[in-house]
Amino acid sequence: MTRTRGAAVESLALLLALIALWWVATHGQWVSRVFVPTPEATLESLAQGLGLVAGGGDSAGMLAGFTAATTGRMLAGWLLASALGVALGALIGASDTARAWLQPTLEFIRPLPASAVMPLAISIFGLSASMVLAVVAFGAMWPVLLATVHGLASVHPRLREVSAALQLSRRQVVWKIGLPNALPDILAGMRLSMTVSLIVSVVGEMIASQPGLGQAVLLAARAFRASELFAGIVLLGAIGFVSNAALAAVERRLLRWQRP
Amino acid sequence: MRLPCARAFVVPVLLFAALELYARTVGRDSDALAPPSAAVAAFWRALADGSLLAGTGFTLGSAALGLLLGGGLGVLLGIVLGLSPRAARISFLSVEVLRPMPSVALIPLAMLVYGFGLRMELAVVAFATFWPLLILSQAATRQVEPQLLEVAQALGLSPAARIAKIVLPAIVPRLFVALRLGVTIALVVAVTVEIAANPHGMGYAMSLAQQSLDPAGMLAWLLWIGVIGYGLNALTLRLQLAVARRMGGSVGQAT
Repeated sequence: MTRTRGAAVESLALLLALIALWWVATHGQWVSRVFVPTPEATLESLAQGLGLVAGGGDSAGMLAGFTAATTGRMLAGWLLASALGVALGALIGASDTARAWLQPTLEFIRPLPASAVMPLAISIFGLSASMVLAVVAFGAMWPVLLATVHGLASVHPRLREVSAALQLSRRQVVWKIGLPNALPDILAGMRLSMTVSLIVSVVGEMIASQPGLGQAVLLAARAFRASELFAGIVLLGAIGFVSNAALAAVERRLLRWQRP
Repeated sequence: MRLPCARAFVVPVLLFAALELYARTVGRDSDALAPPSAAVAAFWRALADGSLLAGTGFTLGSAALGLLLGGGLGVLLGIVLGLSPRAARISFLSVEVLRPMPSVALIPLAMLVYGFGLRMELAVVAFATFWPLLILSQAATRQVEPQLLEVAQALGLSPAARIAKIVLPAIVPRLFVALRLGVTIALVVAVTVEIAANPHGMGYAMSLAQQSLDPAGMLAWLLWIGVIGYGLNALTLRLQLAVARRMGGSVGQAT
């Protein structure tokens, strides 16, 4: 216990030391304050943007709404992507024929950068919130889809024999054996797809001028308001950190049965 | 062997045929979609006027340089953290706080500091590739045979020599697995930076085609980016498997 507490203290000390370095670097004019604001200025912009303290001019309290908008976009796209990915993945993965015909095409699309689809989506859907959501869902779907296909395809032959002996229908095989077997893969894919969702949401907000942190940081940078830019970056980092940690906790809980 | 190869092309060919048919009949006046044959023509035009080569070169060049910078630093720090459990414990919180930061959040900052051009794209790609390579090389170093490290200690090797002569050769197969991931991330981030902000490279060329209502050009660039991504992935996979075959098969599977 003391050992882990000691490690936590040391760990925290390094993080604080890095922030202190940031303070020294900005106050000592090692880096221009046009680009890198002081930690206090960032904190102040953050507090004003979140509406915790008064001030901040016309952007006061805006960051809270932007954070909610970006988080909502990310979660909606991620849920859509997960549902689509598992459903399509189960359809493809359950049938050897479908896998043989479709897998090469899926493997071709997978390395395609999700944001590269955005210009195409813009010309089809226009510069709208639903366009961004569609691209987020499309881009974040692949990790889940391919993980589901892989998880269903890698069912142990013994389990296949059992399900044949029990005369399970194909749907029962998928529900009772295939998907539980694929669950670790699916959860790993869903974690990756959460990261993709956040990235594509931010890019979408930047390009399509949808309200959110992506648009906020871009506008702050264009106006040379470095402290607001950093406040936005800090919030985006916080969204990434919290969603990642939450999913890791869920994953540990759901996969408890797997560990010996 | 021949049949599965042919089968891989059936679905894409059908899709393209359907798109061709749609774009030539119902969607004839569409500004969004073009028949694939027009995209192929646009591709040849871009190849002939040199814009294809210039755009591809810029994107791949900045992705490679960014990967070299970010990935190289990531591997170095990863080895240090892998060798010293104490250093890993101390830096744990800082790494976990900085790592989930979406790299695209830094696009505006890079734009502010470097303006448009190679350096801003480099900075974002380097940041994006730094973390995964740090984590993977740290994990790889932790799995180096303890006996090898004891040998290094017995021989009285300096830290630099220990890394160069013992650790690096031992983790090379795993480094190539990490390299494959790094290449994928570098390309994705480079294209994203170009689509979002930087007026250079393949991503920008594609956005430009979209904005000038040239669906054929846009489709051509989209397919070309897909081909590049697939080609790089296949190339690094072969490299990874070849290295694994020669230097130890434990990471030989296509993960």
